[in-house]
Amino acid sequence: MRGAKSAKWVAGAIVVALAATACGGGADKGDNAGKGDVDPNGIYSVEVGEPEKLLHPADTMESNGSIVMSGLFSQLVDYDADGKLVMVNAESVESKDSKLWTVKLKPGWTFHDGTKVTAESYVKAWNWAANINNKQGNASWYADIKGFEALHPEAEGAKPTAEALEGLKVVDENTFTIELANAVPYFGYKLGYEVFSPLPESFYKDPAAAGEKPVGNGPYKFKSWEHKKQIELTRFDDYKGADKAKNGGVILKNYSTLETAYEDLKSGNVDVLRQIGPKDLPVYRGDLGDRAVDQPYSAIQTLAVAFYADQWKTPKPVNPKVIQGLSMAIDRATITKTVLQGTRDPATGWVAKGVLGYTADGSGDVAKFDPAKAKALIAEGGGVPNNEITIQFNSDGGHKEWVEAVCGSITSATGVKCTGDAKPDFQADLQARKSKQVKSFYRSGWVLDYPVNANFISDLFRTGAGGNQGGFTSPELDAKIAAADTAPSLDESVKAYQAIEKDLVNYMPSIPLWYYKVNAGFSEKVQNVKYAQDGDPILDLVEVKK
Amino acid sequence: MGRYVARRLLQMIPVFFGTTLLIFLMVYSLPGDPVAGLFGDKGTDPATLAALRHQHGLDLPWWHQYYNYITGILFHFDFGSQIRSGRDIIDVIGSAFPVTLRLALFAFVIEIVLGLTLGIVAGLKAGKLVDNLILILTLLIISMPVFVLGFIVKSVFAFQLGWIDPNVSTKETWGELIAPAVVLGSLSLAYVARLTRTSMAENLRADYVRTAVAKGLPKRRVIGVHLMRNSMIPVVTFLGTDIGALMGGAVITEGIFNVKGVGGLIYESVIRREGLTVVGVVTVLVVVYLIASLLVDLLYAVMDPRIRYA
Repeated sequence: MRGAKSAKWVAGAIVVALAATACGGGADKGDNAGKGDVDPNGIYSVEVGEPEKLLHPADTMESNGSIVMSGLFSQLVDYDADGKLVMVNAESVESKDSKLWTVKLKPGWTFHDGTKVTAESYVKAWNWAANINNKQGNASWYADIKGFEALHPEAEGAKPTAEALEGLKVVDENTFTIELANAVPYFGYKLGYEVFSPLPESFYKDPAAAGEKPVGNGPYKFKSWEHKKQIELTRFDDYKGADKAKNGGVILKNYSTLETAYEDLKSGNVDVLRQIGPKDLPVYRGDLGDRAVDQPYSAIQTLAVAFYADQWKTPKPVNPKVIQGLSMAIDRATITKTVLQGTRDPATGWVAKGVLGYTADGSGDVAKFDPAKAKALIAEGGGVPNNEITIQFNSDGGHKEWVEAVCGSITSATGVKCTGDAKPDFQADLQARKSKQVKSFYRSGWVLDYPVNANFISDLFRTGAGGNQGGFTSPELDAKIAAADTAPSLDESVKAYQAIEKDLVNYMPSIPLWYYKVNAGFSEKVQNVKYAQDGDPILDLVEVKK
Repeated sequence: MGRYVARRLLQMIPVFFGTTLLIFLMVYSLPGDPVAGLFGDKGTDPATLAALRHQHGLDLPWWHQYYNYITGILFHFDFGSQIRSGRDIIDVIGSAFPVTLRLALFAFVIEIVLGLTLGIVAGLKAGKLVDNLILILTLLIISMPVFVLGFIVKSVFAFQLGWIDPNVSTKETWGELIAPAVVLGSLSLAYVARLTRTSMAENLRADYVRTAVAKGLPKRRVIGVHLMRNSMIPVVTFLGTDIGALMGGAVITEGIFNVKGVGGLIYESVIRREGLTVVGVVTVLVVVYLIASLLVDLLYAVMDPRIRYA
């Protein structure tokens, strides 16, 4: 178990280049304990890149920053590997109506500077981060809380009309309440996301300096940050949580390519990798033996439809059958095995594995390869306009190969002409999406924010949702999502979202392709290296051998 | 001489403005918004975007942004700050340049020592076996792309022989820099050798060498002073421009050996549309070029007294 992870997006990053967010989860412990003598004060190193921004919990949204945050900050709650809620800094998080939430803190927790973690530490931090004047990238996470609009108006140049979130009330030193604008049954899960971290009083004197030298409440405290070289964290000995570090500290070493990191792993200069580069994928299992890691994590890659494009809009909106047909024309099993070298699992729905509400056949038959049915469906739906599609991707992210393979599969199965529409880099790709210039499809990806299926549906397919960049809109679906969000209990909400996922085949807002896997490895110096649902190694569990 | 130097220094001013403006415009015209790029697929609300754009002055017209940038540098020595990390660009440059500078100088030394030696040997033995061997060797190096050479050096010396670590660590010791410096300097080394050889072989038959030999000067003096001094002019010209090229051209080598220098900084800044960082780095590179070429021009007069500056 350990602190929850942040929204991450891996811009040009080598293979992963998908955009999304992530939360951490615990993994089962102890299955390779007793392998060797462990040095409880041993220091190990992990491959990372330079964090993009200052280390503010509410502004860190990419993987290089969020792995640092996961060591420095603990949140109120976390999840275990099955997606169950676990209390961390909170003693209890309760709500009777999913609208008014009461949080009780475990007493006795301190920040790394020795000051107490109190209800005020949370409330003040959230108020600061939600304020538009502080320009925090993840501020929208507070939007559920009553009074958010006053503190964070949407319009350009608008000024906040309040000082604090109306919904947050400090009751006593260790208790506070959160009143939401609407009922959100899974709000407790969202609290595990690092945007909901507390901040010490010293933060507000100079937030920029605090972002360079963060003081948190997590299992590790900050030691040093040599820009573009490494960040050093050491164990926080007064840590009160159950996820106390089993090692003395961690050095997050900066690598510019996955290939150089892999070379350093082989020569013993770095201990834990997060990903193996495409060049070394065919050999890494042989090189590393039982130190090679190959496990799924909660992320999915899809082909998103640009519904605003002329192709799908005029003369009449596209029949979902056409998109179903295209989906059935993709031979996922062969492409993941050959082109992607076994680094992905074929998707069977829109919700990734490892989250609450995952089902093994969320998309029914449409993710199965069936050329005959594909052709029939496309014909039934009135055919693909111009009998031609394109798939937009960023060519700096290692997507070219699979895009070509998907295109080849579609063309040979259905005769629809398909070409890749390469943008030079992720920036240009995003620009085309933002300015609504995608011609027909674009590659898209999503890593979990919190382990509930709502995260893969509401945040992607609701009208106007942040992750809905293809302009998909359906009033019926929006109504169902709203109903699922206001379900009286978490279980019912999850079930309602499962029903929505089953229903998505009738809309086909995107074509599910495959789930991501962690393909990584570690050195002989360490053991008990586990990877969380967001694909990152769990820092506190790693044991350094004597 | 003084006037010449002053004129050259004055020439730097329009070059400085011209290059910074050009680079600025080039980066400015690239598609992609650095602020929107901060938020990736997730996006954020227009209010935050607008506030960030305003903070970095990106909501101003391009000429105003350029004006702000240049006046910042000229009057406050302020290169601005990065959009993503918020770090001062002067710090970013300050942490990237020293290692690249060391790498480039190391490569430069290797290039001069080895290149000149090979060139002199080949030049003196023109047409003989040694000469042919050196010509073949340099041809090989010239025709080999840098990343291939880097790959070979790594797989032989790091993985098979185990003499070196495959990558440069964060301490960037001189020992670790040997391999990347050899790779970086190798191409220029081949050019230096070939330039030296040709110019030596040619001057060996020149009248002044014959005169020197006829005067009965010892061979060492003939070669060391008379022949070398004159033959070095084209080589020095090449070396001068090469200092700048080594510093800027380290992109590939730094990538191969995981050196956190200027190369990676430029690449990353272009990808992230950190226009000001690109302009800042290029400005420094331009200054390096200008100073190097000024030094070269001044060296001419030392080497060949017939060259005089007005």
